Amino acid sequence: MYKFTVRNIVYRFDDLKTLLAKASPYRTGDVLTGVCAVSYEERVAAQIALADVPLKTFLNEVIIPYEQDEITRLIIDNHDAESFNSISNLTVGEFRDWLLSDETDTAILKSIEAGVTPEMTAAVSKLMRNQDLIAVAKKCEVATRFRNTIGLKGHFSTRLQPNHPTDDLKGIAASMIEGLLYGSGDAVIGINPATDSPAVVMNLLKLIDTVRQQFDIPTQSCVLSHITTTLELINKGAPVDLCFQSIGGTEKTNSSFGINLALLDEAYEATLSLKRGTVGNNVMYFETGQGSELSANAHHGVDQQTCEARAYAIARKYKPLLVNSVVGFIGPEYLYDGKQIIRAALEDHFCGKLLGLPMGVDICYTNHAEADQDDMDNLLTLLGVAGCNFIMGIPGSDDIMLNYQSTSFHDALYLRKVLGLRPAPEFEQWLMKQGINSINFTNGNQLHEFIGKVTKLLK
Amino acid sequence: MKFVLIFNRVYQFVKFVSIIKPDPLVSLKEFTAARIAIGRVGTSIPLKEFQEFKLAHAHARDAVYSVLDIGGLLNSLKVFKLPILHLHSNAISRHKYLTRPDFGRQLDEESTSQLKDYSTSADIAIIIADGLSATAVNENAFNLLELLIPMFLDAKLKLSPLCLVEQGRVAIGDDIAYGLNAKFSIVLIGERPGLSSADSMGAYLTYNPRPGLTDESRNCISNIRPQGLTHKPAADKILYLVNEAFKRKVSGVTLKDNAGLLG
Repeated sequence: MYKFTVRNIVYRFDDLKTLLAKASPYRTGDVLTGVCAVSYEERVAAQIALADVPLKTFLNEVIIPYEQDEITRLIIDNHDAESFNSISNLTVGEFRDWLLSDETDTAILKSIEAGVTPEMTAAVSKLMRNQDLIAVAKKCEVATRFRNTIGLKGHFSTRLQPNHPTDDLKGIAASMIEGLLYGSGDAVIGINPATDSPAVVMNLLKLIDTVRQQFDIPTQSCVLSHITTTLELINKGAPVDLCFQSIGGTEKTNSSFGINLALLDEAYEATLSLKRGTVGNNVMYFETGQGSELSANAHHGVDQQTCEARAYAIARKYKPLLVNSVVGFIGPEYLYDGKQIIRAALEDHFCGKLLGLPMGVDICYTNHAEADQDDMDNLLTLLGVAGCNFIMGIPGSDDIMLNYQSTSFHDALYLRKVLGLRPAPEFEQWLMKQGINSINFTNGNQLHEFIGKVTKLLK
Repeated sequence: MKFVLIFNRVYQFVKFVSIIKPDPLVSLKEFTAARIAIGRVGTSIPLKEFQEFKLAHAHARDAVYSVLDIGGLLNSLKVFKLPILHLHSNAISRHKYLTRPDFGRQLDEESTSQLKDYSTSADIAIIIADGLSATAVNENAFNLLELLIPMFLDAKLKLSPLCLVEQGRVAIGDDIAYGLNAKFSIVLIGERPGLSSADSMGAYLTYNPRPGLTDESRNCISNIRPQGLTHKPAADKILYLVNEAFKRKVSGVTLKDNAGLLG
């Protein structure tokens, strides 16, 4: 039982999960679940009460029962008491101040990673302004490696997303080539297939692998099929660089996705065993997004941002190359407008980074959300400042397969230019060899030779 | 003097054109409808392409806030000589509709009581709902039904009253068809508008509709519009699925898996 009195009104919060939900900044998904604060005053009262909760409480009072949920078991069983030691005497409020202090630098943040639980990050984020979320995330550095190095400070990568509504190989190749020429694709060349048919996925994998090998591109590929399809294809000898899966923050959510930790273990080991990485062996690519637990009716009365942070516990078990919060895809019943989408994205990026994850964000919106390109420009710029590892790269922002708007190839170039950010070092070398200057984005004669070759390949 | 003016304007124009860097991959445009080869100014998207995008988004946004053309639909649908019911969900506004999907799936009280007068049994209930684009049903529902209803009548299928539903989601068809005592429901509904398809209508088909069903119990035919799946093939597909569903007494995932004719 937690409480706080404002004037003569005593606000009581029965348990930690209620306190977290009531302290959460307003968003439509929590209203739909019915866990949201009912007034501005109640929300701030919850935030003030939450500030006084010791971090240790999160190890003793779990928000979804240990016996009922394997994610809770993962969080509790994998908690590293030694890493936690230096912050073990802090309350959530003191933790916020500690995170922002001058003394807490990149190395110190790295040292507490394994001692922080997802619920602690969610809790502290609820006490932080957008500015705080950016300032702390900026101090974190999470670098991962496969055929290149992603996430180094001063670098900023993109997933090239050349989707096509019928998985047409030439259509996908055309968008892919265009993206490469715009310096996109150092995080991954990743296709969302329109169908989960193994034969189609196999062809897409072969297409990207052929282009990558022919032009010796230091990047990795992924077709975002269900993990069982990927496993099947690995067994058939498909060129699988990264294993993809969508994950959620409760066991029930993941069952609705047709996965559990045992299946993820199996797929992780299978992908590792292919040993296709050259500079590192981070082989997993996860996608998440606030609201998926509510959408699966598997939220246990936990607010959507705390659910989201719990998904990161799964992600970090598998040392992923990329984790992507697909923040605006879910629709206005979860995140109504630009303000809510921007807030959620900054929270996800912050929580993920604090937990040691290579966070990227799909800066996006659907046509029934109250958002537009201006909101996306704001979020893009904020995430660039916050040190986000990667975003999506889509021709003209318009994904013609998934029917939503994300960031364009141009958007990434804008961010690199205004903030002086560079692609992954190995990829940048390759771009320069093709005659593409990725910062000022000029291109030389070599480019035409390259285009000639790829176009020939396509026709 | 005049010559200088013209020269200056031409010069400005040429200068303007030349600052837009052409995309070297224009030849690849034939392979995809994706917005490739749009060129750049600095690192930004040239104005013309940006405004095309903005116009497409405006169409999609307007479609979300469009309203069911009750008068027009009542007028055109009367040729079928069926009773027409005008119903409303529990979502009292578009804002409520967008934030509370549960409200959009429930009929309001007045509509529920309206159904009581029409609960004689029938084979098929046809329900027209605005969904996320009233424009889509305003433009496509009648044209589809003009082909479909005669097919049903030829097949000796008995139809419930036609229902027009404001602020409705797909599952509202379950309650309506159940209330009308119909064996099968067809919900024609505006789909979430894409950038190039603000007028896309979906048809959701459910055998033995009743409250509490979820999406795996339905078959969906998507993208019904003049530039997508046109009305005749859409009507043929619906008729095929209706026949199969009645034969096997099921709809949804299992029906889809066995339906070789569906492309």
